[in-house]
Amino acid sequence: MSLALSASERAELVARHQAAIDGSLKTRLITTGIVAAMIALFIYALTTFELDLWRIIHGFSNLGTFVVLMLPPDPGSFARAIVFVKALFETIAIAFLGTILAAIFAFPLGFLAAKNVVANRVVHFLARRSMDTVRGVDALIWALIWVNVVGLGPFAGMLAIMTSDVGAFGKLYSEAIEAADRKPVEGVTSVGGSKLHEIRFGLIPQVLPVIASQVLYFIESNTRSSTIIGIVGAGGIGLYLAETIRTLEWQQASFVILLVLAAVSVIDLLSNKLRFAIIGKRAV
Amino acid sequence: MTGSGILAAIDFPGDGPSMTLAIDRNDPAIRAHADLYRREMMVKRWHTLIGAAIFIVCIVLSAIGAEVDPGKFAENAWRFPKYIVEIMPTLRPATFLADLKEWYWGLNGWLKLLWQTLLIAYVGTILGAIGGFLLCFTAAANLGGTGWLRWGTRRFLEFCRTVPDIVFALIFVIAFGLGPLPGVLAIAIHTMGAMGKLFSEVVENIDMKPVDGMTATGAGWWQMVRFAVVPQVLSNFASYALLRFEINVRGASIMGFVGAGGIGQDLIEAIRKFYFTDVSAILFLIILTVMLIDYGTERLRHALLSLEHRR
Repeated sequence: MSLALSASERAELVARHQAAIDGSLKTRLITTGIVAAMIALFIYALTTFELDLWRIIHGFSNLGTFVVLMLPPDPGSFARAIVFVKALFETIAIAFLGTILAAIFAFPLGFLAAKNVVANRVVHFLARRSMDTVRGVDALIWALIWVNVVGLGPFAGMLAIMTSDVGAFGKLYSEAIEAADRKPVEGVTSVGGSKLHEIRFGLIPQVLPVIASQVLYFIESNTRSSTIIGIVGAGGIGLYLAETIRTLEWQQASFVILLVLAAVSVIDLLSNKLRFAIIGKRAV
Repeated sequence: MTGSGILAAIDFPGDGPSMTLAIDRNDPAIRAHADLYRREMMVKRWHTLIGAAIFIVCIVLSAIGAEVDPGKFAENAWRFPKYIVEIMPTLRPATFLADLKEWYWGLNGWLKLLWQTLLIAYVGTILGAIGGFLLCFTAAANLGGTGWLRWGTRRFLEFCRTVPDIVFALIFVIAFGLGPLPGVLAIAIHTMGAMGKLFSEVVENIDMKPVDGMTATGAGWWQMVRFAVVPQVLSNFASYALLRFEINVRGASIMGFVGAGGIGQDLIEAIRKFYFTDVSAILFLIILTVMLIDYGTERLRHALLSLEHRR
């Protein structure tokens, strides 16, 4: 007895289960259609980008040159290195403070936008939509606007991080609050607690760990965004990032990029540790 | 340990004179529990206090680092609402349509740039997804493969997603010249880093039985990936790609800030040159587009996920 099929047996098997092998005609047509449409759009997009082969080759050879020029990373002078590190500290400060302030300001907003706290539909709708609008604007755009208001410098950057995150935090809070268990709230009501007591003793203990972990996660991601808001003059290392690249100081540029990478991974590590400590390994 | 401690420390008032719970606070065993509980709470309180102190020190240091100046803020805070009011157009009910037309005087050009923004995000997402797709199988820990290759792939992906896309754009603008091409490449590289990681996590969570089955029939690595892994992960990949597209639309809308194409170039010009009503006009266009894309991709993702559940 051999397990292997002879050619004729195999052909017979394939013929008998042809439908199962091919799949239904409809799904295949739909899949082919979607893929074809995506490819068509892709090609159309490429034609609108005014590409030509020479430019692409030239660009990549330029890139190669830049990479060679970037090595080894070198701040130029010790004084310059100090300036960069100071800017890095400023960046982290912007991210940290901006996130904390956003977390505080979003707290009441989150409760306003949660269906199980504020039953009024108009308030609920307005809170949600205004948060969506604020969230739709990128931190870099907010930075530009704040620079117009408080002038150049890290303060504008901090306000930008704060503004763009208030919307995101408000939304996350309201979702956490809506997902909270009703029973502790009912318990507080049943022993005669007021509305405020309900929130303080019924809801907040439930949502606080979720919120804390979200805040940590945002500090992490804001460290990334605050490295670039300096490009528009809102403080932090972004200014030097843009400056060194635009003045073609490649060794300094790669040094700054390395600094950013190191800072981001340190913050990542720290916030992961803290997050696990706060909510336990499972819940992440 | 703490559980019994809590019980002992609670004071039960009882509701009748005869009702005493059988907890004697002077019982040495219970007293020991109560003391232990008190000590543990003390330690916990200390930890909270120390945590709070560190937190406050961090805040103060950050406030110094970020040059927070409440005086300056109080002095200039009124400018923010003023700015918001200034960028709003004057829309009178009597001449509403004409006002609207004046507000959106540049609509044709802006729509063209907005369309370009969407295309930049689209092409960037597709290229990044293809890159992430090709790299995720070597980055995943459960498909065999050599250790150093996995390590190298992971570090490469990490580099790609940690460097912000706008920094790539800054470099590419110098290498390729102004225009949408550097924006597309920057978004593609960043997307590849982010998606490669997400994809490899999806791959690490697959059911390994089909893989074993393929290996048992003598399939090579490529065949194993093609027939045992890809069918399991494809719908998840598509859902992540859609999510990423949405993020990339936001990203592409600011690429113009550094000259890498899209609506950002008109926006930064309007903000820098104080073309007030243009700022709000372009911002509303961007917000509306982002919301629509949000809504559309969410619908598509739900459809994809339900497709997955039906299987």
